Amino acid sequence: MSTTASLPVPALSVRHLTVAYRDAPVLWEVGWATPPSGLVAIVGPNGAGKSTLIKAVLGLVPKLSGEVRIFGEPLAAVRRRVGYLPQRASVDWDFPATALDVVAMGRYPRAGWLRPLGRKEKGAARAALAEVGLSDFADRQIGQLSGGQQQRVFLARALALEADLYLMDEPFAGVDAATEKAIVSVLRRLADQGKAVVVVHHDLATAPHYFDHVLLLNLRAIAAGPMAEAFTPENLARAYGGRLSLLDQAVAAAAGAPGAAPRA
Amino acid sequence: MINADFLAALTFSLGHNAAVVVLGCAAFGLSAGLVGSFVLLRGRALIADVAAHATLPGVAAAFIGATLAGVDPRNLWLLMAGGAATAALGSLAVRAAAATGRVREDAAMALVLSSGFGLGVVLMSVVQSLPTGGQAGLAHFILGQAAGMSEAEAQALMILAAIAAGCALVLFNPLRALCFDEAFAASAGLPVRALDLALTALMLLVAVAGLRAVGLILVVALMVIPAVTARLLTERLSVMAPVAALVGAASGWVGASLSAAVPGLPTGAVVTVTACALFLLALFFSPTRGVIAAALGRAVMTWRIARDHALRGAWEELERKGSGADAPFAEAAIAEAWAWSAARMSAVSLALRRAGLWQRAAEPGFLRLTASGVDAARNVVRRHRVWEIYLTRAGGVRAFAAHRGADLIEHTLPPEVEAEVEAWLETADPDTARLAVPPPVEGARA
Repeated sequence: MSTTASLPVPALSVRHLTVAYRDAPVLWEVGWATPPSGLVAIVGPNGAGKSTLIKAVLGLVPKLSGEVRIFGEPLAAVRRRVGYLPQRASVDWDFPATALDVVAMGRYPRAGWLRPLGRKEKGAARAALAEVGLSDFADRQIGQLSGGQQQRVFLARALALEADLYLMDEPFAGVDAATEKAIVSVLRRLADQGKAVVVVHHDLATAPHYFDHVLLLNLRAIAAGPMAEAFTPENLARAYGGRLSLLDQAVAAAAGAPGAAPRA
Repeated sequence: MINADFLAALTFSLGHNAAVVVLGCAAFGLSAGLVGSFVLLRGRALIADVAAHATLPGVAAAFIGATLAGVDPRNLWLLMAGGAATAALGSLAVRAAAATGRVREDAAMALVLSSGFGLGVVLMSVVQSLPTGGQAGLAHFILGQAAGMSEAEAQALMILAAIAAGCALVLFNPLRALCFDEAFAASAGLPVRALDLALTALMLLVAVAGLRAVGLILVVALMVIPAVTARLLTERLSVMAPVAALVGAASGWVGASLSAAVPGLPTGAVVTVTACALFLLALFFSPTRGVIAAALGRAVMTWRIARDHALRGAWEELERKGSGADAPFAEAAIAEAWAWSAARMSAVSLALRRAGLWQRAAEPGFLRLTASGVDAARNVVRRHRVWEIYLTRAGGVRAFAAHRGADLIEHTLPPEVEAEVEAWLETADPDTARLAVPPPVEGARA
């Protein structure tokens, strides 16, 4: 797990990462490193802590312990190089905004938060929207888009960030076949450009086809590595097997200790 | 007399002082509408009400404290500072209570709102017992009384309103990002906690600024009603926020003018009623989200469904009898196919005759499709059957379910989807695609 100067720096690495929501442990001593670039899937059963891992990496949920490095540096030093795609269900789609408005939010960090977006930035947002095939829907209110189109709007907003490491939370959830194909081709293009894309993925059937690397997660890191080596029936059985109930209780006790009461 | 005064106040010609007051209230309405847009989208409407009610103990305590210290207790800035302090405390208390996980947020809000207001009323009775208390005029902070405002008070109102509106404009993009998707905004480096505090501070600023003019009970109305009204009229925040500001300004302007003309009328109530009237107008007449537009849309949809069903019923009846597309058919057969009552059938029949889709045949009780009716019926039946074929062959849906599914969706099928289905059929089964009307899917009819 040591990263000496001669080795390529992983896009993302975590060590001893432990997270708990009030009484429930969600991640326990997770240690993991991605390759410097390529498509990486995080796979595991419901409640395995997949989304939480991404949120903890981004500092959106408090960690009980552990260390996160992005391109070998702490998050604060490389925030501009990281792009997040949250779950589609996490926002209110009745919000008064058009598809282009939402994608333009991906330009705020580069344009400056307090400045109105200039023509160049708006052009970049339009280009991102075109990349996911939604140019014709730029002025549509987001609530009037289909689920797959909404997911593509989120993807376009992430693309507008021009990041080097993307963390995507279930971008394939509830989308139609055409959207799934469109998203995969965008992901491949990102990988070909030398970017790293970490995707929470729930479909075991497609995972080996879409991704080069995998992390099997269920509270702990069960296995990780190139798809062919880590995505084995034995590892899957371990990941999808029962949780360790004693560990649950131990982490719950730790979470309830004074001075350590993180919340969702 | 009242009318003349009201008009004079509206046009700022009821004297210099009244003009400043009306202007101040309009400025306040403007900033309340603007800030309120974000408060509403952040889901903080009720917190704003809690904060407003929680100003009362602060105002009363500031008055008592000033009296004891020998300072002029009627200094508006002092009273507003007191109100702001307890309002901030109130909103923090709600958040803290909810954060423990032991009290639900709605309960926490009701708790802080009522106890804050209760405490304020108790302190007010203490104020009444003070030697200066009798003429304190603190009651005006509850329901608002723009009429008696001094020019200095109106200027204070304008200053606070300008600060709030200016901050909201500067923070427009960050607030938009925060309200839409907090997690994304945080991941992109926006200091969401500080920004959330800033929004709360703006909300408090508006609440406190409105105390003297609109009163603490109704100040929330000017934050929420203009924003909700504007939301009914547009789908874009960059339009919604200015519209909300305009609605707020208009409400404040009319409210203060009426209050100036009729001194007994509490400004807060008039402002709220004005805003509410604008809201009702938008609710009914908004072209996109209005009640009337929705009812019209439903009526149009009902007509289209009935028309499509009638045409398909006619086509299938003719198919069953093996007669030509312009042959007569029994009206009763269509009523039976769709289980329509006699009244409904005659209404539909009349509507299709008016639309020129069918006409009476020579034989009584029989109808005949017109030329345009034949075309329309052919299209309707083709759309239905192509969709059925798509559902059964591409989707693996069972035939009867496909018939039902096609029935549910065909009336609202967007043209681009229809074109896609046709393109699919063209490749999957070119022979069927070439038929004017494909045969029904086997087993699709009960």
